[in-house]
Amino acid sequence: MDNEKDILEVRNLQVDFKTYAGDVKAIRNVSFDLRKGETLAIVGESGSGKSVTTRTIMGLNATNARITNGSIMYKGEDLLKKSEKEMEGIRGQDIAEIFQDPMTSLDPTMKIGRQIAEPLMVHKGMKKEKALAQALEMMKLVGITDAENRINDYPHQFSGGMRQRIVIAIALVNYPEILIADEPTTALDVTIQAQILNLMKELQDKISTSIIFITHDLGVVAGMADRVAVMYAGKIVEYGTVDEIFYNPKHPYTWGLLSSMPTLDTKGDELPSIPGTPPDLLDPPVGDAFAARNQYALKIDTEKEPPFFKVSDTHYAATWLLHPDAPKVTPPEQIVARQKKYAEMQAALRKHQADHTTPVEEEEEQQ
Amino acid sequence: MADTVKLPEDSFKPMTPADRAALDSEKIAAPSLTFTQDAWRRLKKNRGAWVSLIILAIVFIMAFGSIFVSPHNPNAVNPSYANLPSKIPGIGINGFNGTLVQAGQRIDAYQQAGASSGTYYIMGTDYLGRDLFSRVLYGTRISLIIALVATFFDLTIGVTYGMFSGWKGGRIDTFMQRVIEIILSIPNLVVIVLLILILKPGMTSIIIAIALTSWTNMARLVRAQTMELKSQEYILAARTLGERPLKIAFKHLLPNLSSVIIINTMFTIPNAIFFEAMLSYIGIGISSPQASLGTLLNDGQKNFQFLPYQMWWPALVLSIVMLAFNLLGDGLRDAFDPRTKE
Amino acid sequence: MAKYLAKRIFYLILTLFIVITVTFFLMKLLPGTPLTNQAKLSKSQIALIYQQYGLDKPVWQQYVLYLAGAVKGDFGTSFQFSDQPVSYLISSRIEPSLQIGLQAIIVGVILGIVVGAFGAMKQNTWADTTATIVSILGISIPSFVLAVLLQYYLGLKAGWFPIAEWGGFIYTVLPTLALAFTPLAESARFVRTEMVDVLSSDYIELAKAKGLSRTSVIYHHALRNSLIPLITIVGPLAVNIMTGSMVVENIFSIPGIGEQFVKSVLTNDYPTIMGLTIVYSFMLCVVLLITDILYGIVDPRIRITGKAN
Repeated sequence: MDNEKDILEVRNLQVDFKTYAGDVKAIRNVSFDLRKGETLAIVGESGSGKSVTTRTIMGLNATNARITNGSIMYKGEDLLKKSEKEMEGIRGQDIAEIFQDPMTSLDPTMKIGRQIAEPLMVHKGMKKEKALAQALEMMKLVGITDAENRINDYPHQFSGGMRQRIVIAIALVNYPEILIADEPTTALDVTIQAQILNLMKELQDKISTSIIFITHDLGVVAGMADRVAVMYAGKIVEYGTVDEIFYNPKHPYTWGLLSSMPTLDTKGDELPSIPGTPPDLLDPPVGDAFAARNQYALKIDTEKEPPFFKVSDTHYAATWLLHPDAPKVTPPEQIVARQKKYAEMQAALRKHQADHTTPVEEEEEQQ
Repeated sequence: MADTVKLPEDSFKPMTPADRAALDSEKIAAPSLTFTQDAWRRLKKNRGAWVSLIILAIVFIMAFGSIFVSPHNPNAVNPSYANLPSKIPGIGINGFNGTLVQAGQRIDAYQQAGASSGTYYIMGTDYLGRDLFSRVLYGTRISLIIALVATFFDLTIGVTYGMFSGWKGGRIDTFMQRVIEIILSIPNLVVIVLLILILKPGMTSIIIAIALTSWTNMARLVRAQTMELKSQEYILAARTLGERPLKIAFKHLLPNLSSVIIINTMFTIPNAIFFEAMLSYIGIGISSPQASLGTLLNDGQKNFQFLPYQMWWPALVLSIVMLAFNLLGDGLRDAFDPRTKE
Repeated sequence: MAKYLAKRIFYLILTLFIVITVTFFLMKLLPGTPLTNQAKLSKSQIALIYQQYGLDKPVWQQYVLYLAGAVKGDFGTSFQFSDQPVSYLISSRIEPSLQIGLQAIIVGVILGIVVGAFGAMKQNTWADTTATIVSILGISIPSFVLAVLLQYYLGLKAGWFPIAEWGGFIYTVLPTLALAFTPLAESARFVRTEMVDVLSSDYIELAKAKGLSRTSVIYHHALRNSLIPLITIVGPLAVNIMTGSMVVENIFSIPGIGEQFVKSVLTNDYPTIMGLTIVYSFMLCVVLLITDILYGIVDPRIRITGKAN
């Protein structure tokens, strides 16, 4: 897991929220890495702790949140140990965030040019004129037409899609190392969603930033992410490359998520859904938190928390089903079909690699 | 790493239905609260509101209890006991022990007036020797009655007007709002004064005047809320199902308007109390010899330099009652609005 | 904008017309004439006086005459001071009232903003508690009680300020303070609530995510957005000050219109009461109009459509 290419390493993170009824254990021992230039998608239902994770990275948690354990290493330093002043220097400069709702995330009484220019003035110490000139460039980059005339407009004069472009411009204006996108397309129309996703991919290439992409929509993940982490009840339950998660999932929760996603193959049948609701994190269940909703649950799931079992070098899943002693179970029909497809793909790939082994290696050496 | 731990043999048996039943997947650890319960929980945590509620209960009981049990007749004149300062049994602090400073010397005013040692006037007496405590109780009662009547009109006229206007919308709404705007474009006190002039000063006319002017705020708030609720799905559903408007109003609208109504009532009350006190203070409200907090303040103010207690007591009671209603209103608003501070 | 303005001014005139009409006919319902306060007069004298006040004409004629006069600022002759036109009575007394009222609203709102913003920024600390106590006391203690206390303790006992009469600026200090306390409290409460709301909004979150310091977040984003709605309560605050001034002017013996209004009510001086009612409504309407326009100017969301929703 420790990799030189890792830009962000989150280890054993635990976050509690104090409420009137007790401590809600929102994040329960979460670890993951973000590699340079990649897009990591964190997928899960609402309340699974996706947003709390990103907020903790930004140092912007609510006042009743307490980080009880863990570390977040960025460039060799633990963000959790940094002072508020130091975090101010990192936010918007090294790590930037895009929020869910573009309709409410812009200041309604400030001209958008100024809003985009603000991070430049704060972090680069630019004078207003210079910062505005650069903000204008950024507006063009994110595809706002007639940017020269619109720089002095207010947020309410823009459509939702355009506003999200502005939010992206604000986030990227300092060319941050890491961009956290917290459900950036959920509040938008489907057609606009695609535009925004394309824009993000395009810009990621241009300014080589790493993206943590938070979403509950697996359909969006497929086209965006390099790697996927699936979260359930404040924990990561499975992670791997996007192909591994989509075509060779191992955790029953991931099976459920994928089965409930309509595909082109979905016929007139009713879409399957995961029965029940996520557990209450005020008092998380013993063992596997998913057991109660899991039709493949084993007895041990109620007694002991499953560790991560290795599937491949890049693919891990926390389910007892992967234990050598566990009975073999047949995943849902749709998952079996996916696995079959994956096996064919792998075979084809191996064949392809066997054919071209020598030239590929040479090419790499030359570079 | 999983293999390092020795696991019991039957660990990997699938869960039996019995195991599954033991796992209550829908378990909610936090006690589930209805909206009212949740509001009540928040209100109980608000110390200011809680203390206010207790103070108001005491004030209510004392003010209305004084109809039956009053230490003295509030209107009984006793010139020989005139201008006696406060004397509370068992308290020796100057200001509460019946002494006052006269010509640079502290003297026992009660002794000088020839009162027996068992005579106590908790708040002292006024220039005619009337018991101030009984008069303050009487005045508070008048204030509370006026407040209650104002609330009643707030609830009847204000809520009905607001609901009707918001529900009907369109031209009727525009017209009804214009009417309110015109009423609001004259300072309230001026309207009240005009009405009192026509109706002759007195308790009834104060009540009518305050009632006729106090409902506008309630009407506006209720209207705004009604308009918002009107477009909600459950109201639309009820309308689609052909429920009668009156039934919708009582079954669906009122319960959802209740928090707005309760909160606004808590701010109408101190307003009404203030207007009564002010009118009586000017001299066009309740007139002597009847006591009201306003007339007591006016009487007390004349002698403030020499007998400050005669104004301090009614001022204190008036301010505490207003304070308590305002704090309770604040507490209720916070309790009903989960967004505000925990 | 121009169209909106024209519409608003039309409504202002309509409102004033209704106010004049209603007060006129209300006053006609009242018993009492200019002669109520006079000794017995002969029939011819009465007729003469009636003629002087125009009371010999039919009511509708009186109304038309009154309306025509009111447009020119002529509200008839005072009953109390039979040689003085109401308009003169008002114009000679309006200055002290305006001065104290304006001072009170400016001092009150500015201090209120400071107290309220401070409370919101230091939420749930002793500073917040103090701010809350100040504002709750401000709305709970009637201005006339405060006026008497200020007059006695700061005027008479401490001797820092003159207790009564009307002269230079120093005479305005105590009445201004007495009147400013409620607006202070109201605006502090308003600003605090508004700012707590704004501070939890998404755009403040975004501003923090930009790396702005706490002070810049508050100064550049939170403050402006919470202060704009404050304009909407300036109208009600003006009403509050007008109401308070009636008693406060009395307590400090200030020759203003508030004091005159109370005096006229007590002496049944109907023409003056009517004149003052119209003047009060006019002032309030103008304040409401100005705040409405101002709101449209400072809030970019309303600027385009030109109308508050």
